[in-house]
Amino acid sequence: MNRVPLNLIAWSLALLWVLPLLYAIWTAIHPPVYAARFDLFAPLTLENFVRVWNAVPFDRYFLNTLMLVVFVVISQFVICTLAAYAFVVFPFRGSDWLFMLVLVQMMVKPEVLLVRNYATIAQMGLLDTIPAIALPYLASAFGIFLFRQAFKSVPRELDEAARMEGAGPLAVLWRVYVPLARSTYLAYGLVMVAYHWNNFLWPLIITNSVATRPITVGLQVFSTVEQGIDWPTVTAATLLSVAPLLIAFLIFQRQFVQSFMRAGIR
Amino acid sequence: MISRNARIAWPLLAPAAVLLVVFTFYPTVATLIDALHSTPRGRRPAEWVGGGHFATMANDPIFRQAFVNNLIYAAVIIPASMGLALAMALLVNARIGGRALVRLAFFTPTILPMIAVANIWMFFYAPDYGLIDQVLGLVGLGGNNLLGMPGTALWALIVITVWKLAGFFMIFYLAALQQIPPALLEAATLEGAGPAQRLRRVILPLLMPTTLFILINAVIEAFRLVDHVIALTRGGPNNSTQLLLHYIYQVAFSYWDTGYAAALSVVLLGVLALIALIQFGVLDKRIHYR
Repeated sequence: MNRVPLNLIAWSLALLWVLPLLYAIWTAIHPPVYAARFDLFAPLTLENFVRVWNAVPFDRYFLNTLMLVVFVVISQFVICTLAAYAFVVFPFRGSDWLFMLVLVQMMVKPEVLLVRNYATIAQMGLLDTIPAIALPYLASAFGIFLFRQAFKSVPRELDEAARMEGAGPLAVLWRVYVPLARSTYLAYGLVMVAYHWNNFLWPLIITNSVATRPITVGLQVFSTVEQGIDWPTVTAATLLSVAPLLIAFLIFQRQFVQSFMRAGIR
Repeated sequence: MISRNARIAWPLLAPAAVLLVVFTFYPTVATLIDALHSTPRGRRPAEWVGGGHFATMANDPIFRQAFVNNLIYAAVIIPASMGLALAMALLVNARIGGRALVRLAFFTPTILPMIAVANIWMFFYAPDYGLIDQVLGLVGLGGNNLLGMPGTALWALIVITVWKLAGFFMIFYLAALQQIPPALLEAATLEGAGPAQRLRRVILPLLMPTTLFILINAVIEAFRLVDHVIALTRGGPNNSTQLLLHYIYQVAFSYWDTGYAAALSVVLLGVLALIALIQFGVLDKRIHYR
């Protein structure tokens, strides 16, 4: 079959897909006068980035996001691992039914319940704290589901061998199940890092100070549809905020893509 | 009598169970109850109003618009992003040059925050400055504020959402395509099946479980993703981009009418429950699991 039209379609679509991003990059690395004028020899500058960095506490926002993501992913690993292990290795009467109940959280995401969850967090006295951003997401049905799948494929003989040596339930989990599910942990971890680095609505509602706001909420200051917007500043701020994840993605592209693939296979 | 397994399992399940009860099940039930009560204000506690909020809703033009908009939004985004995702996956899976780069181009929007995506597109759409308006200007149609006109604003948001989601869904299709045994396709070719027939008779049926998985995700996103509405239009102009979750957000956190917001949330929960039922009841039966 002729590959030329296929190549042509693929490459035009790919070009179309990166165009908005390239356009923003073009504006961010040129002086304001070149904002929307194409001149291949326009002088390059990093001045827009410097101006943004000095105008907004981006360093603090990055730190907040980093703390949030680390806290969320580690807690999810622990909580979902324990639950999945219980479902796979210690089934009891009603545990299948209980698992179905867990899956409800796949449909009813915390965002849908934000009015009530805001009230709950307020009652706990946790408004405007980083744990408050994380709490509704920690018992992730998706995580329990994925780890359950991974643990189910662990050979029973390994489990029994470890028990013969006198290992307790937690020791068996730690020595047999967790190491064999390593690739699932990587996959789930990367998907969750991307999800929580990018999460916006719930953090917007629950935070209201520089000390807790993640980068997405901090960036919102720049999105105002008004006349006379300083486009180079907006694009520079946007690119600055996505830079860490984008660079990490470009370096570990293969792992990222494979992780997302793995997370989707059931 | 509690079994040995249950004695070990419950402590392991406890952290997840507590969190699920506090942040999923309790709020779901509480939302249903709140929806039947007035909003407590100052010293006045919440009072039973029965279906009062729902009667208000029936006559609330903004709610109706948000509901219709959300249906249009979902009806366009779901097939568009899924169709594009399948096309992308087939392209990237075919023997084309530089497919790692092409795949990268499709996938990149997935890892950008929606709020950053909104900013990037805000510039892309901007009157006079944006690339789209500049191209329109070349043929004498410039000066459009695509996000500021009721006729185009929702479509402008739809394009952004499809742009963001298609590459994400592509990955799932790509994973499924790579699982199809080559022998199966070779057999079809030997039987004289052309590319179109191979796609329709072999590839698409084998992709059905993946299609269902993506469909559910797409539906959830169509009712959950409102970050760009908050960033770009705040539901305007003239409520032309008002979506259900965004309206809930406004009613709850701008007007502080939590009773009415709870009633609106019940509608959203109802939509999601309906979709879950359809998923388990109808679609599951039609899928050939391997």
